[in-house]
Amino acid sequence: MALSRLSLRSNRFLKPTPTLLRHVSTDTTPITIETAVPFESHLCDAPSRSVTTSSSEILTFFRDMARMRRMEIAADSLYKSKLIRGFCHLYDGQEALAVGMEAAITRKDAIITSYRDHCTFLGRGGELVDAFSELMGRKRGCSNGKGGSMHFYKKDACFYGGHGIVGAQIPLGCGLAFAQKYNKEEFVTFTLYGDGAANQGQLFEALNIAALWDLPAILVCENNHYGMGTATWRSAKSPAYFKRGDYVPGLKVDGMDALAVKQACKFAKEHALKNGPIILEMDTYRYHGHSMSDPGSTYRTRDEVSGVRQVRDPIERVRKLLLTHDIATEKELKDMEKEVRKEVDDAVAQAKESPVPEPSELFTNMYVKDCGVESFGADRKELKVTLP
Amino acid sequence: MASLLGRFCRKMVVPGSAHGGARLVSTTTSCESETVKSLNLYSAINQALHIALETDPRSYVFGEDVGFGGVFRCTTGLAERFGKNRVFNTPLCEQGIVGFGIGLAAMGNRAVVEIQFADYIYPAFDQIVNEAAKFRYRSGNQFNCGGLTIRAPYGAVGHGGHYHSQSPEAFFCHVPGIKVVIPRSPREAKGLLLSSIRDPNPVVFFEPKWLYRQAVEEVPEHDYMIPLSEAEVIREGNDITLVGWGAQLTVMEQACLDAEKEGISCELIDLKTLLPWDKETVEASVKKTGRLLISHEAPVTGGFGAEISATILERCFLKLEAPVSRVCGLDTPFPLVFEPFYMPTKNKASFFCSSVSSPSKTHTFSCRH
Ligand SMILES: Cc1ncc(C[n+]2csc(CCOP(=O)(O)OP(=O)(O)O)c2C)c(N)n1
Ligand SMILES: [Mg+2]
Repeated sequence: MALSRLSLRSNRFLKPTPTLLRHVSTDTTPITIETAVPFESHLCDAPSRSVTTSSSEILTFFRDMARMRRMEIAADSLYKSKLIRGFCHLYDGQEALAVGMEAAITRKDAIITSYRDHCTFLGRGGELVDAFSELMGRKRGCSNGKGGSMHFYKKDACFYGGHGIVGAQIPLGCGLAFAQKYNKEEFVTFTLYGDGAANQGQLFEALNIAALWDLPAILVCENNHYGMGTATWRSAKSPAYFKRGDYVPGLKVDGMDALAVKQACKFAKEHALKNGPIILEMDTYRYHGHSMSDPGSTYRTRDEVSGVRQVRDPIERVRKLLLTHDIATEKELKDMEKEVRKEVDDAVAQAKESPVPEPSELFTNMYVKDCGVESFGADRKELKVTLP
Repeated sequence: MASLLGRFCRKMVVPGSAHGGARLVSTTTSCESETVKSLNLYSAINQALHIALETDPRSYVFGEDVGFGGVFRCTTGLAERFGKNRVFNTPLCEQGIVGFGIGLAAMGNRAVVEIQFADYIYPAFDQIVNEAAKFRYRSGNQFNCGGLTIRAPYGAVGHGGHYHSQSPEAFFCHVPGIKVVIPRSPREAKGLLLSSIRDPNPVVFFEPKWLYRQAVEEVPEHDYMIPLSEAEVIREGNDITLVGWGAQLTVMEQACLDAEKEGISCELIDLKTLLPWDKETVEASVKKTGRLLISHEAPVTGGFGAEISATILERCFLKLEAPVSRVCGLDTPFPLVFEPFYMPTKNKASFFCSSVSSPSKTHTFSCRH
């Protein structure tokens, strides 16, 4: 990673002692860091590679990404012990996207995504306990335990959630953006979809609508290079997803670099408010298989995965940055990871305490005023539900 | 399960010509002399696909990830055996996949299309309902896509949640011009799939994914077909008729055993083809038993059970001794944590069997459940 000379605080004597970490971590003095990979653009000028950030922000990135990673690893083992049922898609590897995007926007900007939604939820300020509770189908969950892994939502942070049908969320995102524009709010909608989803016709319908009415819609293609077992080169005639909007401008971004993501999202928001839609193609990678039933090793080599981990890992990149800038010591970061680990373990324990929803919840939330439905359970015991 | 799956002798049609086609030559009711192999349901499907591709050089298999064997392994080995020009992965685009299949079929080919889960068939709904089903009719028989077969795994698996569990068959049963077929076991799956592929009409073929690995049965190795639109009485009885299809039959078979312990003699019918369905077999049975119970996983309201109920009421009104009952999925989205409540379980079915069959118990519960 190239560093701006002016901001490089390499003086060993200035190195903070552990007790001073608190000081340094809240240090919001602007520093400038250059992205490793240049942006590629389509029908627009690329933003500058020099990203303004601060010690505090980078440290927050580290902590937030470490928490996301740890959450996904915990989810993996909960799934294996059958405490999580249903379909479960993990985000580890792609964390830089969730944190970088949040650093550029506010919680009044809307986000809508696919079923790979755990970390986006955390990024929006979601609690670990609510995430684990939802994963395990408990009352405390962010969808009251009724959604499960693929259906996290958080209304107070404008997170319009996880959607199970590939590509279906894309036109919805444009509808959100239309409402924002109509209400003359200076907010935008980030619509996330995968490289596989990019082949759905709905994307092109949505792009046309968004461009026709200059909607503040930012279409974020999370290109992790596979849609289930299918590599992008097998399924896309043009894997340059940022150009596939044709008349819609686009930007290709190193999605493993939180700072690059932040820069691109900031740029995209300004662009969208002024000119209408833009596509951000985030070049990223998922470490886990597609879902829990996919070992993730049949359609790609183990070397490929470990290569990405070694060279492009978003957390390691930030760790290096913190170390070379003397923002934190190795030990401090290790301690932070330990704290995060405990935080996650506690959240899991707490989530396990949460009860499953009442059986009557089976019949709620279908309509505003739910129909009275009568039923009886598997054990022949009568279960009558009459709802208001 | 054993008696349900372990039947060796049933009506099968063996295609005679080397290139298969739809020409049916010999009808056999016994196959004891044939080589059989113990297979699970996905392997039986796989065998059928091998035979379909083998016997008709103008047949193709494609869909998301099918080149790698598909998520349920149904297409394993096909690309290696028949080449990437006949067995291939498509991009993720259901509407495009089905539309493409219709075009391919319109040129006289057999397009065997896989939709990864029945839950994902809806993006292709328009193509199926408006293009596939009406092509022949609106072109005055100049064009058709009879070579089109759409395979999709349907139904519950225990913990699939909202988008990996649905049973959408009723939507398609409302569409004249397509056929809807659902097998109950490996042996049936092979024969019915081959019939569907070779049928000169577009067919939607739903596979019970719960049984892909669980159901194991002796399956003949050779090329055979089981006729469409012919239901089968798979258990004979006198007091009540039960009608179902696909994975639900396993549940209903258990319910029959339970009911029989209470002295109720149950007749169980596998409908196999839902559109166009075999009304006569069901009618004959209900005229004998005087009672009918229909069971399916899809929500009760507007389910295909309603159609069967109405038809049988028209045909057997004076013979019926109890209201037709339906033991079905509840009128809710398919739930994640509440699956056991939602499902039309064995106990629900056997309870209804006894409540409609013995007068003392009648009306303990309303028919709406
Ligand atoms: C309409 C539809 N078709 C198929 C599926 C099954 N499916 C779920 S995810 C997926 C791959 C999507 O890949 P991509 O868009 O790249 O997202 P990623 O999983 O890589 O995040 C498929 C085929 C689905 N959920 N919805
Ligand atoms: Mg992908």
